[in-house]
Amino acid sequence: MTDQDPLAVPYRERERSVTMERMGDQPVSGTDALLEDERHEELFTLNIGPHHPATHGVLRLLTTLEGEVVRDIKPIVGYVHTGIEKSCEDQQYWKVITFVERMDYLAYYFNATAYCMSVERLLDEEVPPRAQYLRVIHMELNRIASHLFALATGALDLGAITMLWWGCRDRDLVLDLFEMSSGQRMHPRYIQVGGVFEDIPPGWEKKVREFLAIMPTRLDQYEDLLDRNEIWLERLKGTGVISQERALELGVTGPLLRATGHPWDLRKAMPYSSYEQFEFDVPVGHFGDNYDRFKVRMDEMRESLKIVEQGLDGLPEGRYITSNRKVALPPRHELATSMEALIHHFKLVTEGFRVPPGETYVAIESPRGELGCYVLADGSAKPARLHMRDPSFVNLQSLPDMARDSLIADFIACVAMLDPILGGIDR
Amino acid sequence: MLTTRLDKVLNWGRANAIFPATFGLACCAIEMMSVVSPRYDIARFGAEAMRASPRQADMLILSGRVSIKMAPVVRRLYDQMLEPKWVVSMGACSSSGGMFSNYAVVQGADKFLPVDVYVPGCPPRPEALIYGIMKLQDKIMGDKAMGWRERYQAEGTGEVEPGIA
Repeated sequence: MTDQDPLAVPYRERERSVTMERMGDQPVSGTDALLEDERHEELFTLNIGPHHPATHGVLRLLTTLEGEVVRDIKPIVGYVHTGIEKSCEDQQYWKVITFVERMDYLAYYFNATAYCMSVERLLDEEVPPRAQYLRVIHMELNRIASHLFALATGALDLGAITMLWWGCRDRDLVLDLFEMSSGQRMHPRYIQVGGVFEDIPPGWEKKVREFLAIMPTRLDQYEDLLDRNEIWLERLKGTGVISQERALELGVTGPLLRATGHPWDLRKAMPYSSYEQFEFDVPVGHFGDNYDRFKVRMDEMRESLKIVEQGLDGLPEGRYITSNRKVALPPRHELATSMEALIHHFKLVTEGFRVPPGETYVAIESPRGELGCYVLADGSAKPARLHMRDPSFVNLQSLPDMARDSLIADFIACVAMLDPILGGIDR
Repeated sequence: MLTTRLDKVLNWGRANAIFPATFGLACCAIEMMSVVSPRYDIARFGAEAMRASPRQADMLILSGRVSIKMAPVVRRLYDQMLEPKWVVSMGACSSSGGMFSNYAVVQGADKFLPVDVYVPGCPPRPEALIYGIMKLQDKIMGDKAMGWRERYQAEGTGEVEPGIA
């Protein structure tokens, strides 16, 4: 092997994108006596991750420390890069749904909906109202599950292990509903192009209403547990503050932006999937600190419960998927009697449907912010290019702004309340 | 005779007090954390004490897709664990690459470390992971050679630190 062979270079030296050099000329800010002490002048580079329990997956953070104060953070991503976008180019449109669901793995219904909505826009396909309502119900249940898990793991990072158990307990209630309606706990592939895969089973609505009845009490219990806990308050209040202007500059969306007081919610700003027919509020914070992010997520779960209830009350009758046989599979019972249905089924399963040339971008509000899906179609049965604008990826770049010049413990709180999902960041 | 019995007692102890490493990779990590939760409660099988440091763990659960960038890190973590140690490959991705048959994902984690139990699913249910851990317990109790290098005839394959000769 020669020296030019990249594999001959040791692994750690191969990552040329990362400089391990000190930040020598960084001016020391603040008038804290601790910082002006000359023993603390030396900057120290600490590598956190990719294996670290507090980084919610395999995120690597190169932190530059001055004593215990964080001076700079370089997030290094790509440790779960799965090549999903490239793989999607090899799949027929209806098979891509399975792939996009595995991007942001706590918000699978959102990934599938964003993708299906963009394909529907390219096809100019109407989605029946019942399917839109079923999508909304499932997405809001998914939002509750996602926020619960974010809260559970975030609290675990800050040392509150009870919240992990309580959060997992109640998340399992949501997953039971998903299992009943679509057969799997995660990645159910329930959302289809043109509607949803199946109508809800009998008894599902009753189950959801039972869940809706117990969940407000559970949310109150969480607030009792956390919101009156001195340690929790001390660690969240006033830490990780980011201004609204800076958040907008960085393209931050979702609960992080709403915590700064900006009521930007795509469900209100650009209603999709009949969100305009639902009554709900957009919770916002005041200061943009970690505590506001926690409160916004808590309040969003309450709003989601309201939306699910309205969805069940006003669930329209009718088809759950479009009647267009060029896009949606014919009902199973027709295959035995109708030749035409058999041909459509065969064509859809073998070749898939073709999408007219064009490109589109559809954005929806995922639990973490604006989840956009860009699809470029070239007239074949496979997308020419698919790109997801994942909110975690964009939100992550606000981490240095949040945690700079704060203590390293506050920085961990920032990561916990940022709620990054590495599968979505790296794709 | 006596050593055989001692081995049995030791293996019984090892099997019923597994220390998993807290190591999440992707989607399966979510289900792996559910295993600790009250409904599934892995503590019934003595494996609830998740350890953040690989030095204190003896079971690595590969929970999710292992990308090519991540593979050296996983291998390093595995090498840092103390013998005896076991690996559970959770889910289709780490077992075989799963649906991601592309440039970015290692097609099966057993390409770079020995795997003891494979748990199928995408992602597997928590019950499936518990079943996998129970299978691992059976394996531990029936196994005489505890070091994996002896078990898989892989002596001399330890990690070589670059620059340290």
